[in-house]
Amino acid sequence: MVIRHTVDAVPACMTIAISIPAPVCPDTPIPRPWRDCAPGLVVNMKRGRMSEAARDMTPEEARALLEAVGRDRDMEAFEVLFRHYGPRVKAYMAHLARDSGIAEELMQETMIAVWNKAAQFEPGRGNVSNWIFTIARNLRIDTYRKNRRLDFDPNDPAFVPDESPPADAVFEELQEAERLRSAMAVLPQEQLELLRLSFFNDCSHTSIAEKLNLPLGTVKSRIRLAFFKLRAALEDGQ
Amino acid sequence: MTIRHHVSDELLIDYAAGTLEDGWRLAVATHLALCPDCRKGLSLMEEAAGQLLEEITPEPVAISFNRLRQRILAGRAPVLPAASGAGPAASGRVASPVLPEPLRSYVGDDVKNLKWKSLGRGAYHIPIATDDGTTMVRLLRIPAGKAVPEHGHGGRELTLVLGGSFHDGEELFARGDLEEADTSVQHQPVATPDEDCICLAVTDAPLKFRSWLVRLVQPVLGI
Repeated sequence: MVIRHTVDAVPACMTIAISIPAPVCPDTPIPRPWRDCAPGLVVNMKRGRMSEAARDMTPEEARALLEAVGRDRDMEAFEVLFRHYGPRVKAYMAHLARDSGIAEELMQETMIAVWNKAAQFEPGRGNVSNWIFTIARNLRIDTYRKNRRLDFDPNDPAFVPDESPPADAVFEELQEAERLRSAMAVLPQEQLELLRLSFFNDCSHTSIAEKLNLPLGTVKSRIRLAFFKLRAALEDGQ
Repeated sequence: MTIRHHVSDELLIDYAAGTLEDGWRLAVATHLALCPDCRKGLSLMEEAAGQLLEEITPEPVAISFNRLRQRILAGRAPVLPAASGAGPAASGRVASPVLPEPLRSYVGDDVKNLKWKSLGRGAYHIPIATDDGTTMVRLLRIPAGKAVPEHGHGGRELTLVLGGSFHDGEELFARGDLEEADTSVQHQPVATPDEDCICLAVTDAPLKFRSWLVRLVQPVLGI
């Protein structure tokens, strides 16, 4: 009698070996590794509007800590960032990955990347939370992709650079971030909820619409309205 | 170059969230390479996502900080240097490619070195394989002044102009312009007379019909 074992090949070069369960959104034709929208489409957030009290680290503090990590390899500063962002990145990953072990591993990989890339953080290009979000998101995409991630390349000769004069980077950026935060604080709950669902659940707008029992057009127009207001808030300050 | 037709917010938010399949992502990323305005929109969305990340209910992590620190020190991963901020390299900007990244790498070369397949009536295409299983991607070359071959499609269709231009009966689409259409849109784009129009077209993958009759006519409907 011959017993055959089938062992999934795990690429040796990857630090994350994940077997992929495949629940899918109803209109998604191929299995996807991320959590289904069901049940109930909950994005676990502190309830209510964007709250001021919930924030226990200001954008300026986060920036100063990250700069200390990049410049001085300051492990204490990194610990403060880890204690603040580690559990948030874990929650982000947990919304998307079915398995909490995967979420933990992806969180650790994200925080290690934060340590390694800290010197690349450009203060004129957004907040620390934005920067960490993009690292976490890219890591998540890369983990599940067969090919390399498809992104534009600013060093490509065909790339069209922005011709508008660069703003007085850091000061301007902090002001914009503050205006954006204020604008988000007054977004209607229904619009904010759609932004959360779009960013934190891997679901098409069609499945979001089905789950929320809304016409697809309403979902799209709420997203458009939300960004219309956020853009307007930024332009107001100029 | 002024881009008049941009990525919709609904599509851009999915790009920002990282949830687009390859085919759509390829079209959006290539448009972003040509469109500083939409890159600003993308930054705004990522900033919004970052702020929402601040507000998410934290989940306890399993690892202790000491253990993570050991992982970092043991890994000795390369510490990446500060970004140069130099922007595009001035050298080597001899001729600007028609296909921007990430599209150029995805298809393997710039347009002049690609093998085009005839569609008849002077039109050519290059099917581009993706492994997302849900989109159909191709480059199209429409002879100057001619109509894009008629095609049936269901669901979403993105057309990104990379060379020349086309007119859809109402508006002009030139390099960098992205047309986002769905089944409700009836259009018969015509390449403008001055030069061949090269575009990237992404559609939902054709459905696999069970009916023998539909299977029979599908090759006729699909371009």
